[in-house]
Amino acid sequence: MFLEIKDLSVKIENKNILKSLNLNINKGEVHAIMGPNGSGKSTLANVLAGKEDYEILNGRINFKDNDLFDLNIEERAQEGMFLAFQYPVEIPGVNITPFLHSAVNSKRKRMNEEEIDNLSFAKLLKSKASDLGINIDMLKRSVNTGFSGGEKKRYEILQMSILNPDLAILDETDSGLDIDALKIVTDGVNKLKTKENSFLIITHYQKLLDYIKPDYVHVMVNGSIVKSGGSEIAAEIEKDGFQKFQ
Amino acid sequence: MNSETLNTLDSYSKNKYKYGFVTEIDDEKPKKGLNEETIKFISLKKNEPEWMLEWRLKAYSKWKKMKEPKWANLSFPEIDYQDIYYYSAPKGFEKKPKDLSEVDPKLIETYNKLGIPLEEQKVLAGVAVDVVFDSVSVATTYKGELEKLGIIFCSIGEAIQKHPDLIKKYLGSVIPPGDHSFSALNSAVFTDGSFVYIPEGVKCPMELSTYFRINAENTGQFERTLIIADKGSYVSYLEGCTAPKRDDNQLHAANVELIALEGAEIKYSTVQNWYPGDEDGKGGIYNFVTKRGLCAGKNSKISWTQVETGSAITWKYPSCILKGDNSIGEFYSVAITNNFQQADTGTKMTHIGKNTKSKIISKGISLGKSQNTYRGEVSFLRKADKARNYTQCDSLLVGNQCGAHTVPYIDSKNNTAVIEHEASTSKINEDQLYYCRQRGLSHEEAVSLIVNGFCKQVLQELPMEFAVEAQKLVSISLEGSVG
Repeated sequence: MFLEIKDLSVKIENKNILKSLNLNINKGEVHAIMGPNGSGKSTLANVLAGKEDYEILNGRINFKDNDLFDLNIEERAQEGMFLAFQYPVEIPGVNITPFLHSAVNSKRKRMNEEEIDNLSFAKLLKSKASDLGINIDMLKRSVNTGFSGGEKKRYEILQMSILNPDLAILDETDSGLDIDALKIVTDGVNKLKTKENSFLIITHYQKLLDYIKPDYVHVMVNGSIVKSGGSEIAAEIEKDGFQKFQ
Repeated sequence: MNSETLNTLDSYSKNKYKYGFVTEIDDEKPKKGLNEETIKFISLKKNEPEWMLEWRLKAYSKWKKMKEPKWANLSFPEIDYQDIYYYSAPKGFEKKPKDLSEVDPKLIETYNKLGIPLEEQKVLAGVAVDVVFDSVSVATTYKGELEKLGIIFCSIGEAIQKHPDLIKKYLGSVIPPGDHSFSALNSAVFTDGSFVYIPEGVKCPMELSTYFRINAENTGQFERTLIIADKGSYVSYLEGCTAPKRDDNQLHAANVELIALEGAEIKYSTVQNWYPGDEDGKGGIYNFVTKRGLCAGKNSKISWTQVETGSAITWKYPSCILKGDNSIGEFYSVAITNNFQQADTGTKMTHIGKNTKSKIISKGISLGKSQNTYRGEVSFLRKADKARNYTQCDSLLVGNQCGAHTVPYIDSKNNTAVIEHEASTSKINEDQLYYCRQRGLSHEEAVSLIVNGFCKQVLQELPMEFAVEAQKLVSISLEGSVG
C-alpha cells in the first residue's frame, strides 16, 4: 500500500477534529475529498504533512513503507510528500530560485542523488515555468511576497512540478481562483500525473473536478469519511449540497 | 540560500567560532595600566614626532576627567583600565617589515588560517588589504598599484611619519578627543589602523580593506582609522575583525573618522565578528567604537553598512554630519545577538546643510538570552532647509528569552524637514518555518533562510566579495539557537 490511513483520530486544543478516519491510496490514483467547511479536510492535509499543532489520539499512517509518525516535516517532504497550501505564506527577502534550489537538493541528498548545480537548476525552473504559463519575471521575486491569490496558487503548482512528488496533497487549491487560473493549475496537475504518483485533492466545490478527473471521490463530514465512490458523487454534491450526508 | 552556504553551515556547526585559535608568538608589551609612561612608550615604539605625543597626552588628561557614557542599554562590570595592556606587538616590529620575507612565518600562517592570504600571488583579487595584528600593521597589499593613482593606503603609524600635514589637519577633526571617554581613551593610546587618502577626481579602482586581529591576552585594541576623500573622488572600504577565544573580556575601543569633500563618496562596510563569548556568557570582546563621517562638501555622500555578529558587548553608532548642501548620509545595519551578547547600536544623522538626505535601515535579530537595542538620533539644525530622513527599524525575535528595543530620538529646529519613521518587531513566524520545512528544508536551514531574507535589504549593500561571507556569517550566528 502506498498510503494507508487507519483509524486516525486527531485533536487540537481539546477539540476532536478527525474521528476514526480510514483512507487508502494506491500508486497512480487521484483521490478527491469533498466536504463542508469545518469537516476536518485541512486538518487531514496538515497531519499528513506533519504540522506539529495536532495531537494524535489514535491510529496510524503508513507512507511508502514508513510509519509516517517516525518522520518529521522535512523528512516527509524529502520522501516525496508535497502539500500545496491553501494560504501560502509570504517570506520576504527570500528569492524563489535559491529557495526551490535548496528544496530540490535536500530531497536529492536524502535519495543519495547528486545535487543539481545552479545553472542546470535555473534552466529547469525556467522551462517548467514556461510550461505552466508563468512569467519568468515571477522567478525574480521573493517567495509569495506581494503575489495575488492566483499567483500564489500557480507558484505552488510550479513548486510541485519542480519537486515532482510521489504524493501531492492539494488543499483547496481552487479557492479564490478565476477560470483562467484554475485551468493553469489543473493543467499543471494533469501534466504531472503519471502511473507512479498519486494525488489527494481537497476541495469544497465540484468545479475543480471538471478539470481533474478523480478515480475516487470521498465525502468527509464531521471528521470521518462517510461515503466513497466515483465521480458521480461529486455531481450529487453539486446538485444537493452536503446536507444529506450529515 | 545556495547549497554552498548550506555546506558551510554544516561544517561550522562543529566549531561555532572558527577564528578562536591563538597564535603562539613572542610579543612585546609595556607594563599593564594606563599612565603617561604607557603613552610615551607607545609613542616611542611608533617613533612618533613630538607633536603627536603632545596630542596624545592632551587627550589623556581629558580622559582622566571623564566618565564613561551611560546612555546605552547595557550591563557589564566596571572596566579596570589599569588591568589592561595598551600595546602588544610581535617581537621585532620596531620597524614595519619591508616585505613579507621579514615577517614571522607564524603571522603569515595566522592570516592564511583566517582566509586572508598575504603572499602577493595569493592576495584577494581586486581587494587591497591592510592587516593589523594586535597593535601593529603587518602588511598592506597592492600598495604600488594604488600609488600610481596618487592614492595613499597605509597604516596610520606610517601616515604620521610620511603625511604629517594631512594628519595634523584631519585627525580628530570629526571626532574631537574630548567627545566622550572612549574617544579620549582612543586618542591617547591608539596604536594602529589604516589611513586612506583619495586625491581629487580619483575613483579608487578596488576595495580597500583592513583586517583587525586581536591575539594577545589582556590586551586592548585601540585602532584609529582616517579616510579622506578629496573632491569628486570615490572609495569603498571594508573592515573585518576576529579574536581568539578567551575567558576574560577584552576591550576594543576604535575611532574611525571619514571626511568627504565636495562631490566625494565614501562607502564604509564593516563585518564585525569579534569573539562573542561562550554559551554561558563567559569571555568575549567589549566593543566600544566611535565612527563618524563628515560630509564636508556639497553633494558628498557617506554610506555606512555594518554586519555586527560578534562581541560580548557592542556599543557603536556610525554617524554622519551632513554639513555640505545636498549631501547624503546612509546607515545600513544588521545586528545579531545570541546567547548573552548585548548590542546597543544605531546611528546619528545631523542635518546641517540644505537639501541634505539621510536614510537608516536597521535590522536587529535577537536570539538566546541576548539584548539588542537600536538607538538613533536624527537632528535637523536651523539652516537645514528641506532636509529629509527616512528611518526603518525592524526587529526579529527568535525564542522568548531575548529582548529587542528601539530608541529613536528626533530633534528638528527647521519646520521644512521631512521625517519618515517605520518600525516593526516580529517573532520568527511558525507558518514560514512550516512552509519551508514542507519543501524539505531542515528547521535550521529554514531559520537561516528567513533571517537572511529579513536582512537582505542591508546585505545587498555590501560589496560583492563580502556579501557571500556576510550571509554565511549570519547563518553561523544562528547556530544552536533553534530546535
